[in-house]
Amino acid sequence: MVKRVIFGTLALLFVIAGAYAAFFIAPTERTMGDIQRIFYFHVGSAWAGMDVFFVCFIGNLLYVWRRDPKYDSLGVSCAEVGLVLTTVVLITGPIWAHPVWGIWWTWDARLTSTFVLWLLYVSYLLLRSLIEEADRRALLSALFGIFAYIDVPLVFFSIRWWRTQHPAPVFMGGEGSGLDPIMKKVFFFNVLAMHIFAAFLVAERYVLERTKHEVELLQHEAEA
Amino acid sequence: MSLLSNTATLLGKELRTEFRSRELLTTTVVFILVVLILFSFAINPTSEESREFGPGLLWLAILFAASLMLQPCFLREQTNDTLSSLRLAVDDPFAIFLAKLIANTLFLLLTEILMLPLFAAFYNIPILPKLYYLLLVLLLGSLGVSVAGTALSAISAQARMRELLLPLLLLPLLTPVLVVSATVTVSLLDREPVVQWKGIGFLAIFDLIFLTALWLFGDYLLEE
Repeated sequence: MVKRVIFGTLALLFVIAGAYAAFFIAPTERTMGDIQRIFYFHVGSAWAGMDVFFVCFIGNLLYVWRRDPKYDSLGVSCAEVGLVLTTVVLITGPIWAHPVWGIWWTWDARLTSTFVLWLLYVSYLLLRSLIEEADRRALLSALFGIFAYIDVPLVFFSIRWWRTQHPAPVFMGGEGSGLDPIMKKVFFFNVLAMHIFAAFLVAERYVLERTKHEVELLQHEAEA
Repeated sequence: MSLLSNTATLLGKELRTEFRSRELLTTTVVFILVVLILFSFAINPTSEESREFGPGLLWLAILFAASLMLQPCFLREQTNDTLSSLRLAVDDPFAIFLAKLIANTLFLLLTEILMLPLFAAFYNIPILPKLYYLLLVLLLGSLGVSVAGTALSAISAQARMRELLLPLLLLPLLTPVLVVSATVTVSLLDREPVVQWKGIGFLAIFDLIFLTALWLFGDYLLEE
């Protein structure tokens, strides 16, 4: 319990510090102005979300291989937290895009594949809610999770190559891309903060899922 | 070699079952026809517009039809309680999937070939100039739909609300197939047709990736 409180406080402090840095330390962007500051949360949650989904995929693989319900709990915790982070991405994105691009949404590769990713994990959770039996639910949703995860790069490249209207990436892009050094520090601090926060959420959700599992087991025993 | 002979036997069984009643084929053909007609009411296209949008609508109709057509694929085995005997009868459960997905690809292709002249007539698009390439795209696209769809129909058959669940799981997963086959078809039906080999290769890679995934994880989908 103490550990969880410490972890939670730490995560919260990091997020608050990240927000402070984004609002007061990072310099104002030359062409976009203050609206650019949303980028620290937007990309931070996007990266954290991608990493959480990756952990979900690993959890799914491990469940299929080992059949330990622990991995099922890991899978569902990561899927839910990843979904929340992706939702943040999909909401903060248009808020930024509207003043800067003049449109709320464009069918660009990253936007579209994030949206499809979001849909796939909504389906994953929906599938879980529609299978009663715990073992079957765990196995089938893990398998769907695996299929969904391998689909994501395919979605990304299909749209990147055949439906492009594509703003150059800020990172690892060509010349003229890149960030001011202070912005970069604030940015990576926020990425770190979002990761810690995401890890905290996953850990909490995981504990909850384990408890739920235990209650179900005890109920079974009581009925038998 | 037993995989091939098992698959051939099972494929024979799938085809016999279907051609006795022709239920799936008739309903799918009528469904695609209805959707195509409704689309043309909804957008009332000129011939230039239909060159641009027609192929997308055709593929969308195929995807919707497939998500309905793939429904009974495993459900039938479940209601008749034949899945476990099927499993006992073959050495490698992959043969069951292989037979079903080949049968589904054939059914889809057959409906598409029946629909193609009607599509050409309704939307005023000449299809003959690049017919062989068009058939190749239809084959690769339908194979992708069937591979992913057969796997997911094994999942959805074991859940509640299965009729609604399958399209929800399948359609987002098929985004790459829709994007690429629609784009390739548009350029094939253009006034100056172009064969986009990159797109055709992409479809082949999609098929290959999901076939491999099914080969690796198919066993688990059929666990009792």
